[in-house]
Amino acid sequence: MKNAIEIKKLTKDYKDIRAVDNLDLDIREGELFSLLGVNGAGKTTTIKMLCCITQPTSGDATLEGKSIASNADEVKKIIAVSPQETAVAKNLSVRENLELICGVHGFDKATSQKKAAQAIEKFNLGSVASKKAAKLSGGWQRRLSIAMALITDPSILFLDEPTLGLDVIARSELWDIIRDLKGKMTIILTTHYMEEAEELSDRIGVMKDGHLLAIGTAEELKKKTGEDKFENAFIKIVKGGTK
Amino acid sequence: MRRMMAFASRVMKEILRDPLTIFFGLGFPLVVLLLLSLIQANIPIPMFEIQHLAPGITVFGLAFMTLFSAQMISHDRNSALLTRLYTTPLKAHEFILGYTLPILPIAVAQTVVCYIVSLLLGLKINLSLLWAILMNIIPSVFYIALGLLCGSAMSEKQVGGICGALLTNLSAWLSGIWFDVAMLGKAISSFANALPFIHAVELERAVLIGDMKAALPHLWWVLGYAIVSMAVAVFVFLRQMKRQ
Repeated sequence: MKNAIEIKKLTKDYKDIRAVDNLDLDIREGELFSLLGVNGAGKTTTIKMLCCITQPTSGDATLEGKSIASNADEVKKIIAVSPQETAVAKNLSVRENLELICGVHGFDKATSQKKAAQAIEKFNLGSVASKKAAKLSGGWQRRLSIAMALITDPSILFLDEPTLGLDVIARSELWDIIRDLKGKMTIILTTHYMEEAEELSDRIGVMKDGHLLAIGTAEELKKKTGEDKFENAFIKIVKGGTK
Repeated sequence: MRRMMAFASRVMKEILRDPLTIFFGLGFPLVVLLLLSLIQANIPIPMFEIQHLAPGITVFGLAFMTLFSAQMISHDRNSALLTRLYTTPLKAHEFILGYTLPILPIAVAQTVVCYIVSLLLGLKINLSLLWAILMNIIPSVFYIALGLLCGSAMSEKQVGGICGALLTNLSAWLSGIWFDVAMLGKAISSFANALPFIHAVELERAVLIGDMKAALPHLWWVLGYAIVSMAVAVFVFLRQMKRQ
């Protein structure tokens, strides 16, 4: 299978801290890949570099053959991000938020309106389409945030802790949405919820101190560590990685 | 262009949908205009004659454009929305234009409303009024640039203090709108004359009475401040964008 993302010796230094250290990783096309790790592991920094928000100190990554270091403008055309916090324009309605994203991607007004209408239907946002984003509950805002990420039909989607702070029902609904996306695009997910990673991912990478400690399917990681529960496998990998 | 317009449209909608914007941006300068005109009606003071007062109030109202612009940018910097927008094809210059251009029509609308109310209070209508409205665009650019600068460099809390309190007070007290700054002594008068506020008011007053010769020296001051502050604002915005 073709690689959608190829990361080569990617490194990021912040003053005297090395947040990501010579990371090498390939992510396959259409794969849902989860990046796990405790706080400060380097997950968000890795995502930020892949999304061209942060420039790497050294190394490079290509997304569908486009370099984040030398071709960021082209990378931005094929990616979408749903950041950790809900990223919506609070004083705009749901429909206007969706049209805004189409607009900043260069779609004309008619196309933007059409795409917004399609996204509203697809994500069941019809009942709140005219409501201001500020008036929505956390679950609805997160749903809108993901709809905004998907409205431009990206080839690669970054979901940074998409279910953080959501209740069980809202989380379950978002899982359904993510499951539905699997295979249609390459998805990179970061999460602190082990069951989320296990349930949704094709493969999982475990990071600590800027290094990738282990990589594989949930089953492979459990087998590798001799644990029945994925959470225990994760703990063993992270603790075992301590030098 | 299309991308910038989409972003600018969002900025304008978010600003205009804040009820405080309408109150402070339009309401407050009008309240000041009406109050001072009321004083003038009871105790005539040359400074408060409508042809003298109205231009000053239109300039004073522009200080709120700095506040709107700075609040919007500093709020965005703290929100994940800007992170999302940084991952879209929007380019740096489109962000800058998107943040600044939508405030210009708001500033012009505010000037127009101030002059309409002034006409009701006795200001004479003539062609110079149109020039005065157009000339106010130059100080508007200065105030908007200041907003871009403060919004890029300060936190939301700092913006409230610096732009909301300090700048509006500087614009009010060191602009010669309601009293001659010479009354404050030589040192403060010189300081006030080194700042653009007094020149923006004098420029507007001169243009309103059709005295372009008197307007010119003030025009250079305001234009200079507008260009320099916009250049500094763009530099600081780009730096924070890179840092973020």
